[in-house]
Amino acid sequence: MARFVLRRLLQSVVVLLGVTLVVFLLLQLVPGDPVRVALGTRFDQQTYDALRERSGLDRPLVAQYVGYVGHALTGDLGVSFRSGQPVTTIVLERLPATLSLAVTAVLLALLVAFPLGVLSAVRSGSVLDHAARVFSQFGVSVPDFWMGIMGILLFAGVLGWLPPSGYVALTEDPAGWASHVLLPAAAVGLVTASILTRFIRSSVLEVLSEDYVRTAEAKGLRSRIVVVRHVLRNALIPVVTVVAVQLASLIGGVIVIEVLFAWPGVGRLTYDAVQARDYPVLQGAVLFVAALFLLMNLLVDVLYARLDPRIGVR
Amino acid sequence: MRERSGRPTRPGHAGAPARRDPAEPVLAIEDLTVTIGTRRGPARAVAGVDWSVRAGQTLALVGESGSGKSMTVLAATGLAPRAARVTGRVRLLGEELTVLPEPRRRRLRGRHVGFVFQDPMTSLNPVLTVGRQVSEGCEEHLGMTRRQARERAVELLDLVGIPSPRRRADAYPHQFSGGMRQRVVIAMALSCEPDLLIADEPTTALDVTTQAQIVELVADLRRRLGTAVVWITHDLGVVAGVADTVAVMYGGRIVEQGPVDAVFAAPSHPYTRALLAARPDPAHRGRELPAIQGAPPSPLDLPAGCAFWPRCPVRGDARCEHELPPLVPVAPGHRVRTFYPGREDA
Ligand SMILES: Nc1ncnc2c1ncn2[C@@H]1O[C@H](COP(=O)(O)OP(=O)(O)O)[C@@H](O)[C@H]1O
Ligand SMILES: [Mg+2]
Repeated sequence: MARFVLRRLLQSVVVLLGVTLVVFLLLQLVPGDPVRVALGTRFDQQTYDALRERSGLDRPLVAQYVGYVGHALTGDLGVSFRSGQPVTTIVLERLPATLSLAVTAVLLALLVAFPLGVLSAVRSGSVLDHAARVFSQFGVSVPDFWMGIMGILLFAGVLGWLPPSGYVALTEDPAGWASHVLLPAAAVGLVTASILTRFIRSSVLEVLSEDYVRTAEAKGLRSRIVVVRHVLRNALIPVVTVVAVQLASLIGGVIVIEVLFAWPGVGRLTYDAVQARDYPVLQGAVLFVAALFLLMNLLVDVLYARLDPRIGVR
Repeated sequence: MRERSGRPTRPGHAGAPARRDPAEPVLAIEDLTVTIGTRRGPARAVAGVDWSVRAGQTLALVGESGSGKSMTVLAATGLAPRAARVTGRVRLLGEELTVLPEPRRRRLRGRHVGFVFQDPMTSLNPVLTVGRQVSEGCEEHLGMTRRQARERAVELLDLVGIPSPRRRADAYPHQFSGGMRQRVVIAMALSCEPDLLIADEPTTALDVTTQAQIVELVADLRRRLGTAVVWITHDLGVVAGVADTVAVMYGGRIVEQGPVDAVFAAPSHPYTRALLAARPDPAHRGRELPAIQGAPPSPLDLPAGCAFWPRCPVRGDARCEHELPPLVPVAPGHRVRTFYPGREDA
């Protein structure tokens, strides 16, 4: 197992190198001079030259890239054009907000999708099953920002139960954090819940038709035992992947919701970096998200090997 | 190395129906009919089937694929698909199953009936150890603790001839060969010392050598444990060796039934004769088998008369085509569904 993890980590490094290269090249294609934009009205030739030199932008492309990768390996992702702060620090600061939003959204989604998906499969064709289908149809067709706006209007505006936006760190004030995270997490979690409900339902339905489930029923086991021990154990193995992919995509992609709810996460950071042509920050944020994505994949594979005895880890 | 521990510990018969008359069948079904609602209309998979099996006896249920053999035993024991409507009477150890609420039927089935299904590659749960799959029935029905049930699972794996059963109990199904898996399934079926063993084509998915071993194993267990056996097969070849009585099914109905010797000596339905002729004969190995022409009828669209009429080499007359022949006795205990018993001419 240790060797497997090590090999996967090395592979991940290669993938990350690819990611940095692609981002680096893409940024070269964007018209406009980032240093100039970064300086804005503070522009004068001296400051301009100094920032260009400090960012290494006066050097040839290859040297720039090699330098970037070399520094990245030591954890140095350069400094922000705008604030002059190290990118690593900036991204790490934003990570808790994004992670806590993504994890809360996925947990909320699972809270709904797990019972709904399992029950609608076990009682397929029932009223509950139809209700679940309507729910997930609704969830995938309504955009999350629309849900977010409706949530703000209803719970912050009309009812006044929750704050309309803003962020409180979980470590500082858990209750305050919870009241702020609920609306954005529910808004993004609804789509996730719909996707997961469908996936769990079809996975459970598929397992229900397996021969070994009939074997379990032939043994005269109580239906609760048949479902929990024989059906769910098998049906949930593929669900693990989908949950992880959903989580990973939320970590990288809740930009609109973060902007809408003034949630200071990596998505919001990416948005601001694009607006300000703050390339080092943009590059750093993308690299972080990619790294988290790869880490999540590795975790899924390890988990898979634990859940499914047929998968031998080589 | 082989760990031998003799006979499995005898579980108590708590919760079993009162001790019964040995002449009373273990399982008796009467007029069993199964209609499955499908998208293309109702499919009558089983129609008016009667048979019974006594302790220590083996009934062979024979017929081509799709003739309703599996559905008969599944419906009788409450395992038919949800879309199926089952009518008729089913008595297991004297209890009328069809009127019982599902929890009670489930308990009786688990406690008194063991099942061996066709494909051991798919009938075991891939994510549970075989020991657990053998032991869970004992926990559920014999009131054993998890530990006791595990001990019993090891004994059962030993009984069915799995080497180093204590170690192998912790292995997963994919770590066994097909034949060994079917032994595991048999151990599972025997875990509560059932009064009835239902084996649904237990050897079809196995190679010839393993087939013979499994047939021998079940026959041996039946002799030692006195279990009643329903053996489903499409191969009349194995019937002579294992069964006392035989019921031949076609298009969801029994077309001929009786003691094995009588049916083999004087097959009276053209379908039985065709099956016997299609049997692989060791003396003529390698020769082309005289396969039966045509295909069995669809349960969605069964003919009004004899279901075998379109393929029948005798062909009979308009009566065969339009009127269902009754099941008539040709000898004591030997019945056949035809207007022309024994007529071989064309
Ligand atoms: N779940 C089902 N839905 C619809 N038809 C079915 C179902 N299961 C079996 N049947 C039909 O019932 C008939 C009898 O099937 P089965 O009992 O499995 O035959 P056998 O075991 O003799 O091969 C077949 O024609 C089959 O197509
Ligand atoms: Mg069958």
